[in-house]
Amino acid sequence: MAENPKDPRGLPRTHPRFSATYTPDVMAEIRRAAATGIYDIRGAGAKRKLPHFDDLLFLGASISRYPLEGYRERCVTEVVLGGRFASKPITLKTPITIAGMSFGSLSANAKEALGRGATLAGTSTTTGDGGMTEEERGHSEKLVYQYLPSRYGMNPDDLRRADAIEIVIGQGAKPGGGGMLLGQKINARVADMRCLPPGIDQRSACRHPDWTGPDDLEIKIEELREITGGEKPIYVKVGASRPYYDTALAAKSGADVVVLDGMQGGTAATQDVFIEHVGIPILAAIRPAVQALQDLGLHRTVQLVVSGGIRSGADVAKALALGADAVAIGTGALIALGDNDPRWEAEYQALGTTAGAYDDWHEGNDPAGITTQRPDLADRLDPVLGGRRLANYLAVMTLEAQTIARACGKSHLHNLEPEDLVALTIEAAAMAGVPLAGTSWVPGKSGF
Amino acid sequence: MPTFDLKHSPLRELNRTLYALRPDTNETHWTVTGPDGRHAIAAGLDAPISVEIEGNVGYYCAGMNKHASVLINGNAGVGVAENMMSGFVHVRGDASQAAGATAHGGMLVIDGNAGARCGISMKGVDILVKGSIGHMSAFMAQAGTLTVLGNAGEALGDSLYEARLYVRGSVKSLGSDCIEKEMRDEHREQLFAKLQAGGLAGEIDPSEFKRYGSARRLYHFNVDNAGAY
Ligand SMILES: Cc1cc2nc3c(=O)[nH]c(=O)nc-3n(C[C@H](O)[C@H](O)[C@H](O)COP(=O)(O)O)c2cc1C
Repeated sequence: MAENPKDPRGLPRTHPRFSATYTPDVMAEIRRAAATGIYDIRGAGAKRKLPHFDDLLFLGASISRYPLEGYRERCVTEVVLGGRFASKPITLKTPITIAGMSFGSLSANAKEALGRGATLAGTSTTTGDGGMTEEERGHSEKLVYQYLPSRYGMNPDDLRRADAIEIVIGQGAKPGGGGMLLGQKINARVADMRCLPPGIDQRSACRHPDWTGPDDLEIKIEELREITGGEKPIYVKVGASRPYYDTALAAKSGADVVVLDGMQGGTAATQDVFIEHVGIPILAAIRPAVQALQDLGLHRTVQLVVSGGIRSGADVAKALALGADAVAIGTGALIALGDNDPRWEAEYQALGTTAGAYDDWHEGNDPAGITTQRPDLADRLDPVLGGRRLANYLAVMTLEAQTIARACGKSHLHNLEPEDLVALTIEAAAMAGVPLAGTSWVPGKSGF
Repeated sequence: MPTFDLKHSPLRELNRTLYALRPDTNETHWTVTGPDGRHAIAAGLDAPISVEIEGNVGYYCAGMNKHASVLINGNAGVGVAENMMSGFVHVRGDASQAAGATAHGGMLVIDGNAGARCGISMKGVDILVKGSIGHMSAFMAQAGTLTVLGNAGEALGDSLYEARLYVRGSVKSLGSDCIEKEMRDEHREQLFAKLQAGGLAGEIDPSEFKRYGSARRLYHFNVDNAGAY
């Protein structure tokens, strides 16, 4: 323990003490705001500590449960998405998909690498705001085409050559917000795809231009099915805020798949205040969404894909145990490609940050060549190597999830269930609807 | 001239039949009867055919159209010709909200009035409305032309990008960053060409129109513009 500082008479003085309210980060932001007059825009997801999958543990088999032999007994990971209405549902070898990230926010090389990695792993990748590029269509065996409010680059040919369509209502990082892509990243190609002048700060709309509300959504889904001959699964993606109702309304509107993205989910660029204060953590959103599907008798018929802070096979297993059918990853995939890698530390320092904390993805100067449109930087990412790294990461996550599932005696990842879980904190127990470890107490439900 | 009666055959069959047509098809003129306000009629066409619909249509008629010419002898619901890429869509009656939303190309002609958000986020289409248009029309419109012989409702061209708006009548109010701009010869010529394409060559005097466009003040985030949002 440090000694007290002394006053001139040699008597002990109080320690310098930081406020828990006005922390150094808070004060730095006040000074920044005062000097610039503009809110902070950044990439990535919520950085504050939130109740998350780390607060859950698996119980594993014991006398009452029977485990499966690791690396010997089968534990199936395959998942089929879209079988509710689509005549051509998508079959994935692993329930870990690559989330939609826009060309514009990411370089063409990065999009290609994501496609290559997903294809090697037998899973799907997703376009994003700004439309479909040849690089990603060409290298993605299964490509989900996002249908966004902005409709940048939206055209019926790409709709037809997609393997599924994802209607984006919102994102976990910013439920209720649109997108932004600052001028630095609007080069001629990006501008051309979006029908906008190069170099301007561009906003993506937060509402769809030609429908409002669930009754209209149903008609929109009908139109998309007409145009694609009823073949393609139609996903509806929402940011986690009112997961019970949003999931129910999406299912009622005719979605084949609901994608639910929690507040830790990454974004290419949004106001910090939005990222940190709007929406709820994915941990709190899964059970209500599953409940909505169960109440409609549609759990497992309409698949639930969840995202927002999925980093490891443990997270995958926990999300599935809570009732999701699959997960999506964004930030983790970018890190696998080389985002925030310490090898670029000198350059991060030059940008006023450090490896691991770099989040100025909107500025387009990414040393790792991922969130940029600058050719000199984008060239640093080898899409073949990047794809290989992503495939490795996906393989590790899948193996980890299988390891846990076998330990819980499950021959399919989907057989994981809430009963396999306990929570370390009261908050997580309440949100996930599982008992606090060592008790039978599910806050708000039982065991008082 | 094949006729398809939606009273007796399902919509999916009509659309499937039309999708199956090759660009060199001989069956170039189709008539659709009994639309009864059904949605997504003739949406997603991709061949240089003409389709005439006898009656009122629901949402998204001729949505995402490419190459085809679609004539609606009636009124159109929300999002007629939404995201059209090319071709020609003609509504003989009135159109509901979001007519021509996000359309990238082709031409949309509405003989009557159009509701709110006509030409919202338009990306290159030419829209000609012979009547008046509702509020928030050409919201975030990016490219193309919107020509209105009648009046425009509130907040015309809010947060507009490079689309050009020509209005002959009154404009209730302009949206953020939308201003009246000088009509120069090039604009009168462009307007004349659009009127001509809409079948109004020589009938309407381009000099009766005012031009509206983006002041381009919101193209870069600037704290001094915060009041405009
Ligand atoms: C760089 C970047 C760009 C993104 N672009 C889009 C987008 O265009 N459309 C969309 O729906 N979500 C977008 N997202 C969100 C992801 O689809 C996904 O919801 C999120 O990344 C999942 O959380 P995670 O990053 O913690 O894995 C983007 C995320 C990132 C990191």
